[in-house]
Amino acid sequence: MSQSSPDRRYRVRFGTSMAAYVTSLFAAKYLIAHHMVEGAIIWILGLLPGLAVVGAFYAIAMLIVEQRDEFVRMLIVRQTLMGTAVALSISTVWGFLENFGLVVHVDAYWIAVIWFMGYGLGGLINRFTHGASGDGC
Amino acid sequence: MKNHLKDLRAQRNWSQLELAQKLEVSRQSVNAIETGKYDPSLPLAFRIADLFGLTIEEIFVRD
Repeated sequence: MSQSSPDRRYRVRFGTSMAAYVTSLFAAKYLIAHHMVEGAIIWILGLLPGLAVVGAFYAIAMLIVEQRDEFVRMLIVRQTLMGTAVALSISTVWGFLENFGLVVHVDAYWIAVIWFMGYGLGGLINRFTHGASGDGC
Repeated sequence: MKNHLKDLRAQRNWSQLELAQKLEVSRQSVNAIETGKYDPSLPLAFRIADLFGLTIEEIFVRD
């Protein structure tokens, strides 16, 4: 079951999203910095990296939906809850600190980065508490 | 919840992987159930019981 069909599809979807993210980010930065695009094209280029990350979230969501192994599905859900808890907690506390002028402004896309860090932390906790993580183990 | 899954598996000389393949779950699932780290759903508990020809109550024991 370690390379079951849902796991393979997840890896393809996640890998595709990350490839799209890197490609669109570098393309957008280069084209916009060199004033090679204008108008609506800038908006489209600005949206693409974020949408690629949304694709990674979709890949994880579909892994939960398609996962046939109930134990592994529970582990993945625990990981996503950990990621969500960490991201919401840090971003909420940081937002208030920022509002009171105590810390510097941080771009909102870092919430996704923190979420993935929390997701990884959830995997480590799963491995410690349940002897396995939800990534196909 | 305690269970006799490890003993039942040992009586048949099945590895965790062999039992997992018969139940169509991961080896990690079998290990988690055997060690009491995970309680299976009712459908999976019925599949386990059917595989060993026993009732759920004969395999799983209340704490």
